[in-house]
Amino acid sequence: MQRVGVFVCWCGSNIAGTVDVQAVSEALKNEPGVVYSANYQYMCSQAGQEMIKAAVKEHRLTGIVVCSCSPRMHEATFRKTAAAAGLNPYMVEIANIREQCSWVHKDMMTGTEKAIILGKAAIAKVNLNAPLTPGESPVTKRALVIGGGIAGIQTALDIADAGFPVDIVEKQPTIGGKMAQLDKTFPTLDCAACILTPKMVDVAQNEKIRIFSYSEVTDVHGFVGNFDVKIKKKARYVKEDICTGCGACVEKCPMKKVPNEFNLGMDNRHAIYIPFAQAVPKVATIDPNACNMLKNGKCGVCAKVCAAGAIDYKQKDEIIEEKYGAIVVATGFNPISMDKFDEFAYSQSKDVITSLEFERLTNAAGPSAGKLLRPSDGKHPHTIVFVQCVGSRCAACAEKGKEYCSKICCMYTAKHAMLTRDKYPDTEVYVFYIDARTPGKNFDEFYRRAVEEYGVKYIKGMVGKVVPEGDKLKVQASDLIANKQLHIDADLVVLAAAIEPDKSARPLATMLTASMDTNDFFTEAHPKLRPVESPTAGVFLSGACQGPKDIPETVSQAGAAASKVIGLLAKDKLTGNPCVASSNELMCNGCSTCERVCPYGAITYIDKEFRMPDRTTKIRRVAVVNPAVCQGCGACTVACPSGAMDLNGFKNSQIMAEVDAICK
Amino acid sequence: MKVSYFPGCTLKNKAKDLDAYAYRSAEALGVTLEEIENWQCCGGVFTTSQDEVATKLSSVRALKYAADREQPLVTVCSACHNVIKQTNHAMQTNKEFSAKVNRYMANDGGYNGEAEVYHYLEMLRDLVGFDKVKEAVKNTLKGKKIAAYYGCLLLRPSKVMGMDDPENPVIMEDLIRALGAEAVIFARRNECCGAYTSVESPETAKRNASAIVENAKAAGAEMIITACPLCKYNLVKNGADIPVVYFTEILAEALGVKEDTDGK
Repeated sequence: MQRVGVFVCWCGSNIAGTVDVQAVSEALKNEPGVVYSANYQYMCSQAGQEMIKAAVKEHRLTGIVVCSCSPRMHEATFRKTAAAAGLNPYMVEIANIREQCSWVHKDMMTGTEKAIILGKAAIAKVNLNAPLTPGESPVTKRALVIGGGIAGIQTALDIADAGFPVDIVEKQPTIGGKMAQLDKTFPTLDCAACILTPKMVDVAQNEKIRIFSYSEVTDVHGFVGNFDVKIKKKARYVKEDICTGCGACVEKCPMKKVPNEFNLGMDNRHAIYIPFAQAVPKVATIDPNACNMLKNGKCGVCAKVCAAGAIDYKQKDEIIEEKYGAIVVATGFNPISMDKFDEFAYSQSKDVITSLEFERLTNAAGPSAGKLLRPSDGKHPHTIVFVQCVGSRCAACAEKGKEYCSKICCMYTAKHAMLTRDKYPDTEVYVFYIDARTPGKNFDEFYRRAVEEYGVKYIKGMVGKVVPEGDKLKVQASDLIANKQLHIDADLVVLAAAIEPDKSARPLATMLTASMDTNDFFTEAHPKLRPVESPTAGVFLSGACQGPKDIPETVSQAGAAASKVIGLLAKDKLTGNPCVASSNELMCNGCSTCERVCPYGAITYIDKEFRMPDRTTKIRRVAVVNPAVCQGCGACTVACPSGAMDLNGFKNSQIMAEVDAICK
Repeated sequence: MKVSYFPGCTLKNKAKDLDAYAYRSAEALGVTLEEIENWQCCGGVFTTSQDEVATKLSSVRALKYAADREQPLVTVCSACHNVIKQTNHAMQTNKEFSAKVNRYMANDGGYNGEAEVYHYLEMLRDLVGFDKVKEAVKNTLKGKKIAAYYGCLLLRPSKVMGMDDPENPVIMEDLIRALGAEAVIFARRNECCGAYTSVESPETAKRNASAIVENAKAAGAEMIITACPLCKYNLVKNGADIPVVYFTEILAEALGVKEDTDGK
């Protein structure tokens, strides 16, 4: 029989406000096995922990029940306390009487009653607990960063700086991501390329960093410290190690009418191309959907002009297999499609553009060489209307937009408006907004400058409709403060499209078994205290894949993710989770059900010799769990028809004892 | 398939062709429109005042008729559809209103919103299927550039009507494409035609109607289709110089049943 100690926490008034903690500790005193019961204001505090340690010694406790907050919050704390008192840390059980009791009940009577029941269940379980010892596994000292935008670049540089090798996998032909497409950056207005491209060069020159561009992660197996990853390096039909990036092939390529994705289709590129002048790696890529040679075997001009002999029309996709200790997701964002927002006439007029297209239009390396000209006729626009929150904060129309705030649009729209007024003072600039949200260092000052110094007309209200008529865009809008309808004849309309996670994020999350929220942003392990870790051990988050972020925030999160990776890779061995499944070989009939339901591939079958009572031997097929791969999800224990599978720390007998205690 | 059919007053007068083409086209698609016996005016406008019960009773009777036969109730006219659908929604969600109405319905038996209301377009999309419509096309409208004009009543209030996105609808464009023609998208396709202002302030109706037609033409339309007799009236009356026809007419034409109805 265990000697159980019960410790009821008040959590200030969080628990004590709706649960009579004294009554709970009194009631639990008489439960089977309990030899000591007490309550205290903050069990997690130093004094509370000391109280537990003292009770373990004085009452020779073998099991501990803490009635407090969620185990996600402080289970680890109390396990450490138990260990310090000389107990096995897995002899601790938490009864969650805060999130699952005091916070959701208003009535002291019912709250107290439920807290007692939850305490009884935990006592019933701890009576059946057995000491568990975690295993150890080695750490592969190499990190994988998925995504080569500013988030991935910064993370990789910081990890490499600490001396660990890093691989960046980027699906585009070059790293750089969205930041490479931007013109200026707020609030300092320094040019994006001027601060990004040196970092890209640093990545290329860093001996610890390998770049797999034009590549995708196709398969991930394993677990923290020991991931096995397959990377598909798509055929670019150019030998990367030989190509010098001279661009002669691009110049001579006769296929010139391929929409240029780097300029968002506002101009054309060749079938063989280098996305932009500062691309890293600076290597040409052949677009197989546009190249005549690849489509019908006619052409071959690039191969003729290439002095280095780098063109290889026969190149095939290549699968690279590599081991990693840690994985950082930095898959970034995209503006949403404007298909469902055609009230703004995006599909009807070339002069209705998105903000990212506006960035390219004002970028010196963009399709109009930095001159702000209308895409339809190349004329200078004299009246520009910026529409904010297109698809953001769309609670009433969640089926077409996003409920969340995209966070970056207020600032970049202020930047666009300000730069336009600065370069072309004769241009009238209107910004329609719901709220101007500009918190951040020097951000609100920046927005005020746009309004006060640059005379941008900020109008609180939304645009209802844009009608292309002749060479004008008739903008119908409401001014909520003046309470009137406005009609503006605009030359250019710029839509601040909501941003959403990249489409590659969802399948990647499945591969990584990392969780996502309803908007497909990766979920962090704790929204406040563990913001750069995913709940899946060894998987970290960097940049906008976790939520909308501007550049300064992305860079700081990238650094934070890198430091977490460094902390992990610095260890030689990792302690595993002992709460894993194990199979009772005597009961297992080798049916394979558990193998089929295991999402981690942790179960295999072996043929094992058993000695029978009559001293003969018999060979039977039985399940074996790899404790290093098992995540303790329990799927197999439910599926096992003969009841041979059990989960350490959550044995069927323990769960049933809890249920019995609740139903008693 | 048999459905209960509510034509509405305009379809028996000004908009006879909307009605006739609807009948024949449905037949060609294997749907029998069973006209509700002794149907009365839908009420004309769905008033938002909740004590206004009398004007909604005729709609409720039509709904009850369909519910008793366990048939979907199909409408064609945008205004009728709007009134009947909103009335049905009120019967389903507004207890006070439905209690009041049911005091008048004692002789007919009670009604609590059991009927399912479909606009003819929804019938084509959800009950028949645009792919089936496409298969049934005899005279493809290939090469024609047709703009769908929705007006105000067909889609709004969108949460109640539940037909399509009121800002970016696709249902009529999908029909146009199913019939082989090219759907022309234009910005003013869901703006008000001027509606009843044509009585009191004809200039307002003219301004709205002309802007709609001009916008459709600028987008490349050669023809405008609509589901609403009042929309058609306003567009034609205010000098539309491209044909404005009911969607059922191009449907009948494509299905090869237009000639049958022309003499009617």
